[in-house]
Amino acid sequence: MSPDSSISNNTWHRLVTTEAGDPLLQLTGSFTLVSFSRSLPAITKQLAELAGQPGLHWDLTTLYQLDYAGAAVLWRAWGRQRPVHLLLRPEQERMFRRLEKSAPLPQKPGRIWFLPISLLGEQFLRLLDHLAGMIALAGQVVLDGLYLLGHPHRIPFREISASLYRTGAQALGITAVVGFLIGIVLSYLTSEQLHLFGADIYIVNILGMSVIRELGPMLAAILVAGRSGSAMTAQLGVMRVTEELDALTVMGIPHSMRLVLPKIIGLGIALPLIVLWTSAVALLGGLVAAELQIGLSIHYALTVLPDTVPIANLWLGLGKGMVCGMTIALIACHFGLRIKPNTESLGAGTTSSVVTSITAVILIDAIFAVAFSHIGIRVVG
Amino acid sequence: MTNTEPVIEIAGLDTRFGSHVIHENINLTIYKGEILALVGGSGSGKTTLLRQMLGLTRPARGSVRVLGAERYDGSHEQQRKLRIRSGVLFQQGALFSALTVFDNVALPLREMRTLCEETIRELVMLKLGMVGVEPQHARKMPAELSGGMIKRVALARALAQDPELLFLDEPTAGLDPALSEAFVDLIRSLREELALTVIMVTHDLDTLVALADRVAVLADRHIVALGPIPEIIICDHPFIQAFFGGVRGQNALRALQRS
Repeated sequence: MSPDSSISNNTWHRLVTTEAGDPLLQLTGSFTLVSFSRSLPAITKQLAELAGQPGLHWDLTTLYQLDYAGAAVLWRAWGRQRPVHLLLRPEQERMFRRLEKSAPLPQKPGRIWFLPISLLGEQFLRLLDHLAGMIALAGQVVLDGLYLLGHPHRIPFREISASLYRTGAQALGITAVVGFLIGIVLSYLTSEQLHLFGADIYIVNILGMSVIRELGPMLAAILVAGRSGSAMTAQLGVMRVTEELDALTVMGIPHSMRLVLPKIIGLGIALPLIVLWTSAVALLGGLVAAELQIGLSIHYALTVLPDTVPIANLWLGLGKGMVCGMTIALIACHFGLRIKPNTESLGAGTTSSVVTSITAVILIDAIFAVAFSHIGIRVVG
Repeated sequence: MTNTEPVIEIAGLDTRFGSHVIHENINLTIYKGEILALVGGSGSGKTTLLRQMLGLTRPARGSVRVLGAERYDGSHEQQRKLRIRSGVLFQQGALFSALTVFDNVALPLREMRTLCEETIRELVMLKLGMVGVEPQHARKMPAELSGGMIKRVALARALAQDPELLFLDEPTAGLDPALSEAFVDLIRSLREELALTVIMVTHDLDTLVALADRVAVLADRHIVALGPIPEIIICDHPFIQAFFGGVRGQNALRALQRS
């Protein structure tokens, strides 16, 4: 666009007098979207003032360029009707005829006064709906599992192993890093305190108990929920958007058997293994830190570990891992299958999936803590 | 052709994806006011060439000038103005699924930050009316629309900023015959009304015959023929013979002779 055609504040109109003595406003330059700059509010104001003058003649034939944006600005300045005296070129005439015919935007449906109540009710119903959906999906997967027990040649081994690799093997790095660091932090904090009381060797009890029973499983489950849960939801969601899910259905391949079941079994196997790995690395981190901090020998710590931490704690941790893994996969698949074919639903679905599965993981941990409170804890004395 | 003022000039353009050569030394000039159709077999790089004109894919070599400015070497401000002056209708519509029909068309106008909301409302309803979308559909989400309606709304969005250049990627793909005919008529009337230059990629022979002033045939990494359809069909390149020589091609050409 050449610089002389853009609108500056004064050059866009010329006020002259016609032969008959009437005031005539000639618009000049370009009235186009590209030529409008931030000076548009000023022009709009001036136009509105000019439009208020009775008997003013408007001449648009002197314009170099007019587009619909320019026409709409004029149209609004005139109060959505033509001024009495208006000169137009034929193509401008056509533009204003279009503006005259254009329909107004329909009103938004009105808001209802009990909106907060109905929103709350909707939320509650949605929660129930999700719960029912998840139970139905879990039931379907159990039925599929029973069917596969009778038809072992149809078990989707390839998908299960792919799921194991993606959710298990590929998660080893991140869980190790986080586990190791948490172990160090825990060890640094407690070893100082224990040292005060001369109870240095109890660091093994504290580290072993907390890491193997609680921290290892929880860390692993929360990391996996964020990492693999979101991936599963997004994968199923995109398959919905691209109609791949429908393609599977028409081929007679049920989603639950080919997509959901392998993920649940895969994560059910992978997460206990990751729990074991995370606990081991966290314990190592803690013991290394203890050695550096208070000079506790790692060899000694490993020797007393089996006596201080009953083996039941390890089984509890692994059991938690398995239950959490299957729950995470179930939740992720449930939200994935519910995604509607649009981008916003994909984002919202993935978010809800991760939030729900992390909440579920902590809920499961609490249930385990209450249910198994008498197992694996040795009361001294 | 109504004008000899060049709108798009492509010179010495090469495209490579890895070691795979798609285009080799493409030269093409598109003039103001014409409808140019790009045709070619699947994988001949029609859509890639379109994307290069849009500034989405940078060619390996060669220059693309749009409306007198370099597409890939201009200033940021110049690029922005270029984008405002061209509208694109994507093959699947590419409507923003999170926004209503109204907001989809309003988005490019709001993004300019110059027009006030009332003017935008006026313009959006005007553009929707222009492409034949009833006002009651304005509040709907794209997921609630049929295929033909999506194309219309996408066209309204492409026209929102009053572009001089309109790019159409398979404008009638996925529409039934009656709808594609209506869509072709719509594009033809809009082109006259808005003085558009139209560049389209199409496979559809009827659309091609009904709309195109000139056709550029892409095959074997080159433009093998360029000109009005009667000049194209006498070319004896195997792709052109197969494209126009089949039953469908002959039917479409008969329609051209009749008109």
